[in-house]
Amino acid sequence: MQQFLNTALSGLTLGMVYAAFALALVLIFRATRVVNFAQAPMAIVTTFIALTIIDDGHSYWLAFVAALASGLVLGAVIERVVIRPVEGKSEINAVILTLGLFIVLHGVAAVVFGNRFRSFPAPFGIRGFEVGDTTIALTGFGVFQIVSVLVVMALLVLLFRFTDLGLRMRAAAYSPEVSRLLGVRVGRMLTLGWALASLVGSLAGLLIAGGSLVHPSYMDSVVVFGFVAAVLGGLDSPVGAVVGGLVLGLSLSFVSGYVGSQLVALAALLILVLVLTLRPGGLFGTAQERRV
Amino acid sequence: MTSLCGGTKVVEVTSLSAEESRVPAATTDHAQTGAVTELELRDVTVTFGGLTALSGVGLALQHGQVHGVIGPNGAGKTTLFNVACGFVRPDTGTIERAGRPVPGLRTRDLAGLGMARTLQGLGLFDRMTVLENVMVGAERHARSGFAAALLATLGSSRDEAALRERAREVLDGLGIAHHADRYPTSLPYPVRKRVALARALAADPEVLLLDEPASGLSGSEIEELGDLVRTLAGRTSVLLVEHHMDLVMRVCDHITVLDFGRVIASGPPDVVRDDPAVLAAYLGESVA
Repeated sequence: MQQFLNTALSGLTLGMVYAAFALALVLIFRATRVVNFAQAPMAIVTTFIALTIIDDGHSYWLAFVAALASGLVLGAVIERVVIRPVEGKSEINAVILTLGLFIVLHGVAAVVFGNRFRSFPAPFGIRGFEVGDTTIALTGFGVFQIVSVLVVMALLVLLFRFTDLGLRMRAAAYSPEVSRLLGVRVGRMLTLGWALASLVGSLAGLLIAGGSLVHPSYMDSVVVFGFVAAVLGGLDSPVGAVVGGLVLGLSLSFVSGYVGSQLVALAALLILVLVLTLRPGGLFGTAQERRV
Repeated sequence: MTSLCGGTKVVEVTSLSAEESRVPAATTDHAQTGAVTELELRDVTVTFGGLTALSGVGLALQHGQVHGVIGPNGAGKTTLFNVACGFVRPDTGTIERAGRPVPGLRTRDLAGLGMARTLQGLGLFDRMTVLENVMVGAERHARSGFAAALLATLGSSRDEAALRERAREVLDGLGIAHHADRYPTSLPYPVRKRVALARALAADPEVLLLDEPASGLSGSEIEELGDLVRTLAGRTSVLLVEHHMDLVMRVCDHITVLDFGRVIASGPPDVVRDDPAVLAAYLGESVA
């Protein structure tokens, strides 16, 4: 029973982080039909910015805010400078560009921040809470991970459901041509979408880094699971991304806890194949016709 | 479908416009003359490859009028419309909005110029409710700055309430307020057409471009549409492309007839109806 609880709790925390990462992918995908492969290195860059600030002796929270803000700016800049020139052309052009960015940002992070492991502090305890005389697998930082992802999701829901800006962003994502006709500044909406996605990605980066070691490629495994989570959810559904992240986090945690940690990657693949066989559009995806 | 646009509802559209003080960009002096040209296309030529779609076409939409563009299939009506809203760049020719030339008109400029257009394919946002669809159209009406909205400040939430209010008004004016919370795909086609019209009207445009508004409607629905367009003419100028001849003859103040990309007749319905060139275009040359 205790093992079950602990496995579930660590799966939940892990799932939340996957969900945040998947959400970042989904935000861009549903606006532009582009899978942003550069999401992980973008988060690495902002995490290293945070680490530099912390190492300079400033507080974790200053670093936290700075990382999110730089994520926002980085996303906007990348959309304007790199993605905008190929806007309106085939989506594959933009996808290839993000792949290129993946490599470039990876290299830049290694050059600027050093290609070695550095420890990243956590703002809360990383020892499990003690209930009675047993220690459960939920840490202070784990609670922070869960809460911060929930807060970000709530804010996104508020933005998209209850503000006119969110309304315009949805319109621009659904049909840029018609939106333009109605006076929506589609370009701005895209920039903002990238900025927001990059902010969420930065959050995911910070949450993964907290209390462990960072390295220019520390996100590589999370990238894979984040992608799987996003695809599980259907790639264009934010709710799907969250559910996909949680499903994946919990399943992988149980596989790791009860079967063997060496089977985690295999299990992720198996879940992906299974879900896509039964529901090719993903759990929450809407089947859609596409021009070929 | 009569409940969708009973006569009383239609009247509400006009009362709605009366309380809005329109602030047109450049049409301040139209009231006394009534002869201000809201939109003018001059000498427009469009070629697609070797095919000439339009050749030296001109058209002037007067303030407060309903202006119809008709012609046999392939005459260039839709192309002309697309030029007027920036979808197609003409090879030569100019576009003037209220006397001011608009070089290189682009779709995104349209709302800012006080123009709105409906699409033949409707182009509704399927994943938004009817109300939200119309709110996107009302965009130009109530908007705070980008930065303010970005921070989701109080100002922008007030904006959102204003948009919602405005969208409800327009839906109510068209008699479809009770569908506000439904999704377009769940509604019958004539209602969806009304939603698309509501979305265009939400911005309170000075020029309204209607692309085949009667297509897919039944006889009685077309009747109602005619009444509606006439009431709209009180508050906005309407340019209309339409196949349905009865409707065009009934609602239009002025008609431009295209054939093979050229204007073959232009004038009030009565004149155009009896024009030999028009008869020839529609019925063929008389053998005698």
